[in-house]
Amino acid sequence: MKARVTVTLKNGVLDPQGKAIEGALKSFGLEGVESVRQGKVFDIELTVSDPAEAEALLKASAEKLLANMVVENYRIEILG
Amino acid sequence: MKSAVITFPGSNREGDVIRALHHASGVEPIKIWHQDHDLPQGTDLVVLPGGFSYGDYLRCGAIASRSPVMDAVRSHAAKGGLVLGICNGFQILVESGLLPGVLMRNAGLKFICKMQHLKVCRANTRFTSAYKKNQIIKVAIAHGEGNYIADDETIEKLEAENRVAFRYCDEAGDTEKGNPNGSINSIAGIYSKKLNVLGMMPHPENLIETLVGGIDGRGLFASLTASTGAA
Repeated sequence: MKARVTVTLKNGVLDPQGKAIEGALKSFGLEGVESVRQGKVFDIELTVSDPAEAEALLKASAEKLLANMVVENYRIEILG
Repeated sequence: MKSAVITFPGSNREGDVIRALHHASGVEPIKIWHQDHDLPQGTDLVVLPGGFSYGDYLRCGAIASRSPVMDAVRSHAAKGGLVLGICNGFQILVESGLLPGVLMRNAGLKFICKMQHLKVCRANTRFTSAYKKNQIIKVAIAHGEGNYIADDETIEKLEAENRVAFRYCDEAGDTEKGNPNGSINSIAGIYSKKLNVLGMMPHPENLIETLVGGIDGRGLFASLTASTGAA
């Protein structure tokens, strides 16, 4: 089973890297870019096949290591 | 003073802090590997040194904070034992939950390596008794992720409980002008609630010899030695 965990900064947390990327995009003259927030994507292959079990496993992975819950949120997707 | 210095894969300041501890206390610290499960019997102080544990992969300090030895550090701290985390060691302490908040990328995005003034916020702790309250000291900083951030409630609590150990400042003691990395309230180091855990970004262990720029870092190690019954 394949899954994806996306980790993003919580709202209101300053993201200097996102700001720098935003500045670079704007400097290209690309119209319509308002703001950029940078995050991380983890593509994970699992040996389990039960979706509920997979969900629990990914939740534990995200909260134990992948995300720092002080400043980050995470989202789990089971890709099948 | 019986001290233990932990080496993680990617630590690189353990030699400096071992030298500073030996210089102050006359006792050679014991080196501990991150996969060890126990600290030596009778350890007074555990030090998490600076460096780039696990190459700063994922987040600075994140992977190291899940090392086997960190359970032993947690129980040492819970019993009131002294824990000092410097630079990457501070990042590991916040990732492990031993200290609140998080160290984000410097506001200016650059790695900063320079001499930096600090204000010693209180002198009545086991880490700072050799300094005076509000004393301005000059030590080194060398970090890319030292921008201390926490939610408003945590910051209010840290301030109310007088748990800010050091603030960045300029030569004259101005903490706003002297803030190099964007840290909230110019926070450079914080204590745990019981004041037995200290995390700080600057490197006092590099300022113990006039030959290499000053001795303002000696006070920290002298304080620790005094508080644990000297050599």
